[in-house]
Amino acid sequence: MNTKAELEILAAGAYASVQDGGRRGHRRIGVPWAGALDSRLMRIANALAGNAEGAPVIECFDGGLQVAARGGAVRVAVAGDASVEVEGRDGRRNLPSWRSVTLAEGESLRIRRMLSGRIAVVAVADLALPAVMGSAATYVRAGLGGLGGKALAAGMRLPAGAGDGVDRALPQPPLADAGPIRIVPGPQAGHFTDDALQTLTAAEYRVTAEADRMGVRLEGPRLAHRGAAEIVSDATVPGSIQVPGNGQPIVLLADAQTAGGYPKIATVISADLGRLAALRPGQALRFATVTADEGATIARAQEGETRALIGAIRPLLPDGIDVAVLYSANLVGGVVHALAADYRPLPSDHACNERSSNP
Amino acid sequence: MSVSILDAGDAALTIEFGDAIDPSLLAAVNALDAAIARRQAEGGLAGLIETMPTFRSLTLFYDPLATGREALVAELRPLLDAAGRGAPAPGRQWRLPVCYEGEAAPDLAEVARTLGITEAEVVALHAGTDYLVYMLGFLPGFPFMGDLPRKLRLPRRAEPRVRVPPGSVAIATGLTAIYPWESPGGWHLLGRCPVPLFDARRDSPSLLAAGDRVRFVPVGADEYRAIEAGLNSGEIDPFIWLDADAKRVTAAQEGA
Repeated sequence: MNTKAELEILAAGAYASVQDGGRRGHRRIGVPWAGALDSRLMRIANALAGNAEGAPVIECFDGGLQVAARGGAVRVAVAGDASVEVEGRDGRRNLPSWRSVTLAEGESLRIRRMLSGRIAVVAVADLALPAVMGSAATYVRAGLGGLGGKALAAGMRLPAGAGDGVDRALPQPPLADAGPIRIVPGPQAGHFTDDALQTLTAAEYRVTAEADRMGVRLEGPRLAHRGAAEIVSDATVPGSIQVPGNGQPIVLLADAQTAGGYPKIATVISADLGRLAALRPGQALRFATVTADEGATIARAQEGETRALIGAIRPLLPDGIDVAVLYSANLVGGVVHALAADYRPLPSDHACNERSSNP
Repeated sequence: MSVSILDAGDAALTIEFGDAIDPSLLAAVNALDAAIARRQAEGGLAGLIETMPTFRSLTLFYDPLATGREALVAELRPLLDAAGRGAPAPGRQWRLPVCYEGEAAPDLAEVARTLGITEAEVVALHAGTDYLVYMLGFLPGFPFMGDLPRKLRLPRRAEPRVRVPPGSVAIATGLTAIYPWESPGGWHLLGRCPVPLFDARRDSPSLLAAGDRVRFVPVGADEYRAIEAGLNSGEIDPFIWLDADAKRVTAAQEGA
């Protein structure tokens, strides 16, 4: 570990911030959890970087993030469906995401653009930041966590290093789930007309430009309240779908206010929150209702998938051969990953060698 | 008292005691919250992450991988009976300075006009009442306090502000509050309080706690600036506004 190395932010893109698993236990004094919007991306990125799964990461929106190694080598890993470029002394090279790469001093990595979704997570080896109220997650409104409580900006430097010196790749990235966003009706479904829940699950809604870490404003058929569009303020949760007087739903996310006075028709299940947060403005979505128990079953299934994905992460071969290439070229017959253009498949005997060396 | 258990997704549920702002509902909420804390201290309620008390309900956040709605509710049932017999927890008394003048009070004139009373009467009414901190929420350290004197009750502003300055003392419906942070907001701004309500460096980051009582003390613009300067330089400790008797209680608790 090189304690003098740093990761410099050259460009933050649309929005980038340091996040981790979030800040628990302070909602009662108005402090939201914050934390990674898609915890699966955080966990995979950290596993690729050789970090603990809940270590602080950089979460960025819509590409454009560029980071450089200063004062020594820095290992970074990218999770998310992104086009990545590394720029060094020898010029530029494209890189698939879902792997780590060790940047030599002076080299930089750029998230060129998102191939799907909005969110990429960049894990950084040896990124150590002080926990504020139990977490390094940035919550800008109250200046908590991250680097001085602020979103990342060009010129900022994060402590970083090369970690254990082993680069890793995820052979087969998670498949995109285009199914409906699952919701549990309530806690205030009764404040709406009988048609409203029916409308919410039958109609198509669209993500507006007002979509960030606090929440996602949707537009679509109006959801009608039975009476006033107001309740005595009560607790919100990540996933609360609150509906103000204009009848247009707002889904609250990690940085949202902890209490609110709009009736909440339903709640997005925890397993689908990351997927919802990654929807781009203009994108359409549908909702489907499940029970709280079904939501928990889905959460357990998703946890199993995440564990399996993390378990499948492999070290890259010392000569730089990308195991991900081998896997995608030889084991995933017929499935072409969106990043395939960046890969140069190798002969299949390499793949056999690699497979036989797996523990 | 009727109790409803409401779904808030697959990782939270809300136990609702009513739908009004009423100290007796708050007492039930706080009693249940305290009973849950005791149960957790005894090793019960595995998988429960945290609770969020509000005016009239308690929301439980849990890990759906570690517990389930049914298991939690079964363990909560016996605790609900205790909640019905809850008494208000003893809170601390605060006397917080507020400047009700000039640019610190952008809505004072309009509020007075709307209510058909003078600005001085608005200030006298607002500063002449002891308020209960019902809950904290919306923003870190944001206190929902009540009840406002009847004469000061009016709906939220028709046009919410995009930026409410930090420290703004505001009223709407039957409540009053202080915005600890710059944020959007739809309440009427009557004044400005220089005392920071939230400091992550403190063991208890929120200055106020649910159950505390607050009285506002009018100060002039010059005094406001002097207080603000003293707080910024560290010469003034925000706890000087804690009522003397309450301070002794706190000191005794800290010593214990």
